[in-house]
Amino acid sequence: MSEILLVSVGGFFGAISRFAVSKQVQNRNKSSFPVGTLIVNLIGAFLLGLLIGMQMKGELYSLFGIGFMGAFTTFSTLMLESEQLKAAEKNKFFYSYIGCSYLIGIFLAFCGLKIGKML
Amino acid sequence: MLKLVYFFVGLGGVAGSLLRYFLSILTVHFWGKEFPIGTLFINLTGSFLLGWMTNSLVVPKKLHPYLLTALTTGVIGSYTTFSTFCYETVHLFETRKYIFGLLYIVISFFGGLFFVKAGKKIGEIGK
Repeated sequence: MSEILLVSVGGFFGAISRFAVSKQVQNRNKSSFPVGTLIVNLIGAFLLGLLIGMQMKGELYSLFGIGFMGAFTTFSTLMLESEQLKAAEKNKFFYSYIGCSYLIGIFLAFCGLKIGKML
Repeated sequence: MLKLVYFFVGLGGVAGSLLRYFLSILTVHFWGKEFPIGTLFINLTGSFLLGWMTNSLVVPKKLHPYLLTALTTGVIGSYTTFSTFCYETVHLFETRKYIFGLLYIVISFFGGLFFVKAGKKIGEIGK
């Protein structure tokens, strides 16, 4: 039961943070490149790696890992925005958005994991 | 009042996160931890739902804008996850499951695009 509460609280603030951060970042960018979602996903990928590397488990992991980071990052919006870029034939944006998300995201998760293990 | 939309997004986030939490427990229970089928299922179904909502609810403005943001950004945005996907990919490679790692990346990418498109097509019919 307490785990459900912790995931809920983490999810509540994770979603709000994603909404706020991606809006802030996107507002500073004049182009149609979805930099807001990209930044949020990259930060989240690094931080989740860090938490797991630090051996965070149990209640703290339910709150910060499953709840907050899970909700802070998003896959569906990444896919919707990619599809929209492709449909608008913005191929350079499409490939760089996908490439940056996947390659840098996985790389940052790896770095977070390594750094977390050293802490 | 200006910030009420944030509260709605947060509530959506609670619903999406809990759905993800329960589904991942279920999939681990039935399929084990060999391959991250839970996150894959969540991310692909979420992509479909977001595509569907976009064309059936958001574009025709069927609901109050706050409610639409709560459903799309809040519920579906929090239901799907990118951080877990990245970690699981690293984990597959670190445990030398290279084929599974590559499959995970390829299926989530092409599957995600396919399901967003499929969702949009079906949403187009229903609007």
